[in-house]
Amino acid sequence: MKINYCDALVIGGGLAGLRAGVAAQKKGLNTVVLSLVPVKRSHSAAAQGGMQASLGNSKMSDGDNEDLHFADTVKGSDWGCDQEVARMFVHTAPKAIRELAAWGVPWTRVREGSREAIINAKKTTITEDGDRAGLIMSRDFGGTKKWRTCYTADATGHTMLFGVANEALKHKVDVRDRKEAISLIHEDNRCYGAIVRDLITGELEAYVAKGTCIATGGYGRVFKQTTNAVICEGIGAAIALETGIATLGNMEAVQFHPTPIVPSGILLTEGCRGDGGILRDVDGHRFMPDYEPEKKELASRDVVSRRMIEHIRNGKGVPSPYGDHIWLDISILGREHIEKNLRDVQEICQIFNGIDPADEGKAGWAPVLPMQHYSMGGIRTNPTGESQTLNGLFSCGEACCWDMHGFNRLGGNSVSETVVAGMIIGNYFADYCLENDVTIGTKTIQKALDAQDTYLDEILAYEGTEDIFRIKNRMQNLMDQKVGIFRDGTGLAEAVDELEELLKKTKQINVKSKSRVGNPELEEAYRVPKMLKIALCVAKGGRERTESRGAHYREDFLKRDDANWLNRTLTSWPDPDQTTPTIAYQELDIMTMEMPPAFRGYGAKGMIIEHELSEKRQIEVDELSEKLQSEGKDRHEIQDALMSFDLPMNYREKNERAGDK
Amino acid sequence: MSIAKGREITISALKYNPRDKASKPTFVDYKLEETPGMTLFIALTKIREELDADLSFDFVCRAGICGSCGMVVNGKPVLACRTLIANFPEGKLQLMPMPAFDLIKDLSVNTGKWMDAMSVKVESWIVNNEEVDITKMESKVDPDVADETFELDRCIECGICVASCGTKLMRPDFVGPVGLNRVARFEVDPHDERTAEDFYELIGDDNGIFGCMSLLACEDHCPKHLPLQNKIAYLRRKLVALK
Repeated sequence: MKINYCDALVIGGGLAGLRAGVAAQKKGLNTVVLSLVPVKRSHSAAAQGGMQASLGNSKMSDGDNEDLHFADTVKGSDWGCDQEVARMFVHTAPKAIRELAAWGVPWTRVREGSREAIINAKKTTITEDGDRAGLIMSRDFGGTKKWRTCYTADATGHTMLFGVANEALKHKVDVRDRKEAISLIHEDNRCYGAIVRDLITGELEAYVAKGTCIATGGYGRVFKQTTNAVICEGIGAAIALETGIATLGNMEAVQFHPTPIVPSGILLTEGCRGDGGILRDVDGHRFMPDYEPEKKELASRDVVSRRMIEHIRNGKGVPSPYGDHIWLDISILGREHIEKNLRDVQEICQIFNGIDPADEGKAGWAPVLPMQHYSMGGIRTNPTGESQTLNGLFSCGEACCWDMHGFNRLGGNSVSETVVAGMIIGNYFADYCLENDVTIGTKTIQKALDAQDTYLDEILAYEGTEDIFRIKNRMQNLMDQKVGIFRDGTGLAEAVDELEELLKKTKQINVKSKSRVGNPELEEAYRVPKMLKIALCVAKGGRERTESRGAHYREDFLKRDDANWLNRTLTSWPDPDQTTPTIAYQELDIMTMEMPPAFRGYGAKGMIIEHELSEKRQIEVDELSEKLQSEGKDRHEIQDALMSFDLPMNYREKNERAGDK
Repeated sequence: MSIAKGREITISALKYNPRDKASKPTFVDYKLEETPGMTLFIALTKIREELDADLSFDFVCRAGICGSCGMVVNGKPVLACRTLIANFPEGKLQLMPMPAFDLIKDLSVNTGKWMDAMSVKVESWIVNNEEVDITKMESKVDPDVADETFELDRCIECGICVASCGTKLMRPDFVGPVGLNRVARFEVDPHDERTAEDFYELIGDDNGIFGCMSLLACEDHCPKHLPLQNKIAYLRRKLVALK
C-alpha cells in the first residue's frame, strides 16, 4: 500500500483549491494539492467576465463600498445566503483583488478622459478623472448597484488562474495532477485524507493528512445542457456525501445562465450585457424592458433566464433545428469595443457558429438559450469552511455551501468567491492542520484502500446488459427536462423515481475493457453512481421545497415562502444501501440578520409570503442604525453593532479607497 | 425543423498504450454521421460512447479556453475542441497525439508535467521583494502597459507551439516558444523587478532564447495568435546586447 503523508491535503486545483494551498503552505505546512487535470486547465479558467470587488475606482463605480456589495449579494441570493458569510466575503474581496494585482494579474486599468459607452441601448459619454487613472477598472454586471466587476478583457478567470497557479509553484506547493480522489478516509467523525486513483497508471494510493479541503467545483454535468467543463461532475461533493456523515447544503439551488450559445452550450459572458448588449426575439424586438422595466437585461440571472423562457413560451422564440432560442445582440457596441473587450466571445461565435458578432444588424446576432451554469449548493460548512458534522473536512469555492450565494449567485461573485474563500477558509484550514495531529492507524487506512480496490474489481465483474453512457445521458436529459429552470411537483417526483432506478441500474452494466489502467469506461462506471447521488439530492431537495426562491422556481408554488421555507436544505446519505438521500432542514435566524427579508427590487412583485419576524427585525435594525448614527458612529461601527463577523489574518482591517475623505 | 441526414465521415485515430506490453501503435478507423456544427469534441465523445469506450483523449472546457485538447489533425497541431468537421471537405481526419510530450495513452499526452517544469525553469511568476499591504490602494499601472501584459498573458499553455517547434526536436531541454513568451510577459509587467541580466540567467543559452532557429511554426499554429515571432526577436536582441 502506498501512503502519502502530508500536513494539509487540498482536493481540487482550481482557483479556490490553489489559493487555499498557498495559504497552508505559507503557514509552514507541507501541502499537497490534487487535481483531475493540469491545474491551469481547471474550469476556473472559463470565467470570462470578471470578479466583483467594491474598489470604487472608476466613474460608474464611484462611492461603492462593502455595504452596497453586501446588499446586492443578499438580494441576489433571495435572502437564502448566510449574511455573516456574505459580510466576510465582501470585506475580503478588495484585498483579494489587490493581492492578485501584486501577483501579476493584469487587471484592465482606468484610462483618463472620455469614452463612449452603450447604456440602455443608448450612446453615453463617460469621463474618467486623471487622479484615478491607472487604478483597477470595473464594468457593469447584472444585479449590482454600482459597476463593480473588475476584469482582464473577457479572460478574467484565465489570468487569475495563471496568477494563482504560478504563485503556488513559486511557494513550492506540491501540486499533483491527474489524480482523482474517489473516497474520503475517516474515523470517529474525523476526516484524515482520501483514497486517490492515479489517472495515468490506474494505481490506488492513500493520501493521509491532518486536514482535508475539498475544492472540486460544481456539479453542472449532472445536466445535459450546461456551460460547465466536462470535469465538473460533483465528485468532490459526492465523496463527502458518501462518508454518511458530512452533509450537503441547498443542492436544489442551481443557476441557469441566460446566454450560452446554441447548440454547443459555450458561455457568452454576462459582460456582453454588462457592456450594453441586448436580447432580441424572433421579430428583432428588445423584449426585456417589457418584463423588467428597471433592470432590463441586467436583472439577476435567475430572473433574466426565466423571462427568456417565458417569452419563448409566448411564441416569440426564434425557431432552429435545436429548438427555439433568443438572439443576443452585441453588434450595437461597435467593432472596436468587441475586438478589445469581448474578443473571446467574438472568437467563440466565429469558430463554433460562423457568426461575427461585430457585424452590424441581424448578421451579428448570436443564438442563445439559458442553460445550467452554477451550483449554489455544495458541502455544507460553517463560516470557517469546516463541515458541520465531519471534523477535519473543509471545503471552499463552488464545491462548498458556506453559504454566500443562497438561492442565486450574482455574476462576478463566483471567481471572486474562489480566491476570497481560498484566503479565508484556506487560513482557517491551515490553523486546523497546525493544531491537530494524524492519529489514525495504518490498519484503518488499509481498510479504506481495500474497500475501493474491491469496489473497482466488483465494477469490472458486473455482467449486466445496461450501458453506463446511456445511464449518464438519461440522467442528464432527465435533469434538464424535469429539474430545470421551471419545476413542478409532478415532474420532480418523476425525476426522483427515475433517478433512483438509474442508480440501481449502475450495478447492471458491463464494462467492456477489464483493464484497471487507462480505461475511460471504468472511470464512467465509478463516477456515474456518484453523479446520480448528487442528482438525487438536487431533485429530491427541489421536490420537497414547495416555494420559489432565487433560481429554484416552482410553477406550482410561485411565491417565495419566508413563513415556511426560510431554511437551508441538508442532504446526507447515512446508509450506503439507501437509494435516495435523507433530508433535514436548518432554520435561518431572521433576528440576527443585518438585512431582514424583503423585495429584491426585480422580478415579479407581490410574490412573497412574509415571515412575521421580518418586519420586527427591520424595525430593530432601523432604530439601532438611527440611534448610532445620531451618536456619530460611522458605517463600520453601525455594521458591527448589527451583525459582527470575524476574519483571519489582517482581513478584518478596513479597505482603503480612492474615494476616502 | 428536421435535421437532414449528414454525410459519413471517417476519423482515424492512433491507439497505443505505452503501459501495456501487448499494445502496438495502430490506427483505428471510426465511421460516423456528421451532425450540424460537429466539432472533434462532439465526434470523439460520440466515438467513446458508441463505438470504442477504450479510446483515451483529453477535453476540459471544450471552448478553446483551457488548452487541454491539443492533438495533431491531418498533420497539424490544433485544439481539437475548436476543430469543425465541416472544414474537412474530404470528410477524413487522421488524429495523432502531439509529439514532444510524454504519451499517456492514444491521443492523451502529459502537457501538465512539461509545463510545470518549464514554469519552474523560467521562474514564471512575479519576482518582487516588496511585501504588499492588501488593505491599501493597489499601485497604479499605465493602462497601455496592463493591456500589453494581458496580451502576452493570454497564452493557455496548450503545447501546440512546442509540438510545432523544430528546435524542440533537436534540443530536448528547450523551453519552447511558450517559455520564452512567459519571460516576455514578465519583462513587460511593472510588478516584476527582474532585470535583463536576471532573465539572461534563466534563458541566456541554447535551451533558451539563443536556441530558437526562427522557423516560427509556433506562431503559425498558436490558437491564441500570440505575437511569438516579435517577442522572441525582441528578447534575443535585448539579451544578446548584454554580453
